[in-house]
Amino acid sequence: MRPSDIAEPEHFHKVVDCQYACPAHTPVPQYIRLIAQQRYSEAYLLNWESNVFPGVLGRTCDRPCEPACRRGRVEEEPVAICRLKRVAADFKEDIKAQLPTIPEQKNGKRVALIGAGPAALTVARDLAPLGYQLDIYDAQPKGGGFMRSQIPSFRLPAAVLDEEVGYILDMGPTTHFNHYVDSLKSIVDKGYDAVFVGSGAPRGRDLPNLPGRQEADSDIHIGIDWLANVAFEHTKAIGEKVIVLGGGNTAMDCCRTALRLGGTDVKVIVRSPFDEMKASAWEKEDAIHEDIPIIDNHVPSEFVLESGKLVGMRFDKVEAQYDDNGKRSLVPTGEQVFYPCDQVLVAIGQENAFPWIERDIGIEFDKWECPVVDATSFQSTLPQVFFGGDAAFGPKNVITAVAHGHQAAISIDLFCQGESVLQRPAPRTNLISQKMNIHDWTYDNGVASDLRYVVPLADKQQALADRRLEVELGFDVATAYQEAERCLNCDVQTVFDAANCIECDACADVCPTSCINFTADGDEDDLRGRLNAPSTNRDQVLYIADGLKTGRIMAKDENVCLHCGLCAERCPTGAWDMQQFNYQVTKSAELLAVPLVQIQESVG
Amino acid sequence: MSYAKSTFRHPALQPNALGYSKRDYEGGLSTLCAGCGHDSVGAAIVQACFEANIEPHKVAKISGIGCSSKTPAYFLGKSHGFNSVHGRMPSVATGANMANRDMIYLGVSGDGDSASIGFGQFAHVNRRNLNMLYMVENNGCYGLTKGQDSATTDVGSASKKGVANPFTAIDLCATALEMGATFVARSFSGDKEQLVPLIKAALRHPGFAFIDVLSPCVTFNNTATSTKSYDYVREHAAATGAIDVIPMKEEITTDYQPGHNHEVTLHDGSVVHLYKGDVELDVTSRDSAQAAIRRHQSEGSVLTGLLYMDPQSRDFHQMVNSIKGPLRDLGESALCPGQTALDAINASFR
Repeated sequence: MRPSDIAEPEHFHKVVDCQYACPAHTPVPQYIRLIAQQRYSEAYLLNWESNVFPGVLGRTCDRPCEPACRRGRVEEEPVAICRLKRVAADFKEDIKAQLPTIPEQKNGKRVALIGAGPAALTVARDLAPLGYQLDIYDAQPKGGGFMRSQIPSFRLPAAVLDEEVGYILDMGPTTHFNHYVDSLKSIVDKGYDAVFVGSGAPRGRDLPNLPGRQEADSDIHIGIDWLANVAFEHTKAIGEKVIVLGGGNTAMDCCRTALRLGGTDVKVIVRSPFDEMKASAWEKEDAIHEDIPIIDNHVPSEFVLESGKLVGMRFDKVEAQYDDNGKRSLVPTGEQVFYPCDQVLVAIGQENAFPWIERDIGIEFDKWECPVVDATSFQSTLPQVFFGGDAAFGPKNVITAVAHGHQAAISIDLFCQGESVLQRPAPRTNLISQKMNIHDWTYDNGVASDLRYVVPLADKQQALADRRLEVELGFDVATAYQEAERCLNCDVQTVFDAANCIECDACADVCPTSCINFTADGDEDDLRGRLNAPSTNRDQVLYIADGLKTGRIMAKDENVCLHCGLCAERCPTGAWDMQQFNYQVTKSAELLAVPLVQIQESVG
Repeated sequence: MSYAKSTFRHPALQPNALGYSKRDYEGGLSTLCAGCGHDSVGAAIVQACFEANIEPHKVAKISGIGCSSKTPAYFLGKSHGFNSVHGRMPSVATGANMANRDMIYLGVSGDGDSASIGFGQFAHVNRRNLNMLYMVENNGCYGLTKGQDSATTDVGSASKKGVANPFTAIDLCATALEMGATFVARSFSGDKEQLVPLIKAALRHPGFAFIDVLSPCVTFNNTATSTKSYDYVREHAAATGAIDVIPMKEEITTDYQPGHNHEVTLHDGSVVHLYKGDVELDVTSRDSAQAAIRRHQSEGSVLTGLLYMDPQSRDFHQMVNSIKGPLRDLGESALCPGQTALDAINASFR
């Protein structure tokens, strides 16, 4: 095999599974170590630099990092990465002084941001320190977008959101709240140097053709609209018997909110089997914890009315069947079921809608009526208009919107400076030896078997009585330390130098997970077939080095390396070293060559 | 510094036929110098016992004094162990073997322990053909006392101190052949492909099996002027051939090329295959083995691999016609046979 090029940024980045899986590539192990050292403010700033909303995400993130976590490959559950992020936000000190300063002297470029959700606010955060003049337009009375309107406050207290949105609004953009933009042309015509559209995916799917839909309209609500009405206190109550249709996270938020607004018999009814519901496992758990039944394999067939009033819904029971390609079809069993209800919340998905964008101003739309947007630069076919967040490629999640925002900000900056938006800046990487002494490292390299710690919850009765009372209490400092110590420090890389190797086998012998091999060269299939331990996870690279005296190669399967450092400790010649790999996505603010926030990971 | 190894292991590694994982054959984390050849020998023992499906509690590890003799702490942590007096491991092993012939005895020694202070004991345990595997982790120096030359240091070899050794070296394999060992092999800590099958075959051999393992001292004797450095051994090793042990119960399915391999059938029906590298060697002949060792010595190379095995080996118990089972299985009537038996013994002396 070709020897690994460890200077190539993505090589070691892939080994840091959590960071690689994160759309914003937050340096997870680095901030977890800071938490273990009780350096919460620095942990927070490291997060803030990367994902802008650590307090929000520490409560609500979709956590693509956790299924990727290496701990989950050697133990049942991954590190509670998301909840550790919240610890950083909960225990930090006042960090305002460390936020970037905004130049008094503006750079003369004006940018309009449509929407004040995570994508647009990220663009604002990345551009304001560069001296851009920013105008933010949003239909809501406050910033935050869907983070405010769709995430119930028992999951995300308003104070947390206000604080993190405030950090950005304090950077001085001009805000136009309660201002629904009904014409993109009108914004473009104002002569902005660039326009960013981060208007989300605002249309909740409905069941317009289901019998009884029109007649029962006053008792049927679209989930996302209903949640927004609750958030802005237009809706304060709901009927006693509530059916929530859908199996995604919005459905989970709807049912739990309904329970707090007066629902006594709230149930979720979903078409797909329970295991295939779109909702995150932990959000399903939270709903079940509040005794909300989730009834799966039921397809709605009719809204049932009596004397003009909704009294219930009828469903066809189905069974999931799979063809040879694994494609699912829901086959009716013939059985029909009736569930009584007073009101129905429809949370069966959401989609993009751009009735406010004129089709003749140069923005090309595809056959699904979505704008054509470049996946790298986020530029539309009208060069000064950029898209991001759910508005760009459909509904995803907050962390994806943030990642889009960073990239769009880079593009807008390049565009406004007259550069090509396709010349993307490279990520900044760094490898630093963690050796302190002959057998000592700067990080806790011992790996203990330690099961995931559970986040304590508020008393159920109290929580259900107050829709503003946060259910999850977060880790305390002591538990946070223990959970932080579960992190395997995958960013501390095993770096091999063949020139120093005497092939004594000490590393291969001591490795607890049999990762390291000294063997004859071969192609990847051949090598993977004859390593010391089965090597079947092809998502994980083989680290190959040649140049050994015997002509063999060193082949290390990164799959379940524990980063325990024993290879380096047992190496007599320093051919192995443990080196911290720092991977930072370049942000537009850094194009000035000034890091947005500077954090030194000190020895200790 | 790490004092323990993580208990995690590769989740896809399969247990052996007895249901033990490789971890069940490991011991504590080594405190030897990083890169010591002895750690590789330990790892080879772990691998061999795992592959040979040996129950850990059926093994007794016995050692003397020295870096080598510390190593039983780092493998087979669930086996019995006895760290004895310097050079006296053979006596303790003999006593243990006499008391319980059902155990597997693994003696671990070094060049100081076997070729100097324990040379006499070494000679006699060979003569008795005690049923055990006797391994010497041979680094040609006294590593535990700052690397002085040992009795196996070759003439002219110089360790870290830089002074060439003037004295003739003892070749432990040649000695074992001379003294009556019935299985003799030499190997290298850095060559597990050769060492692991040798250990498996030796553990199965009914009688005294001796393996001299060249195991470099990375701290004192891994110099460019040493004949027991990693580089020197790699450059000068010549192998008798690769071996493979086929336990009796397994069917032999591999096609062997005639004329290039040698089969030795053991008492229990198992077969040791030697894929010959040295065509002149007859592994069932002591004379041939001695000649091969000398020939390679004079050519300046180190002959490794299986050198000799006696398929007709009769171990100490058979030679002295001792009791057939472990002493602990003897009941009261056997241990105290009573007045009639005593009278009969007394009568035999009259």
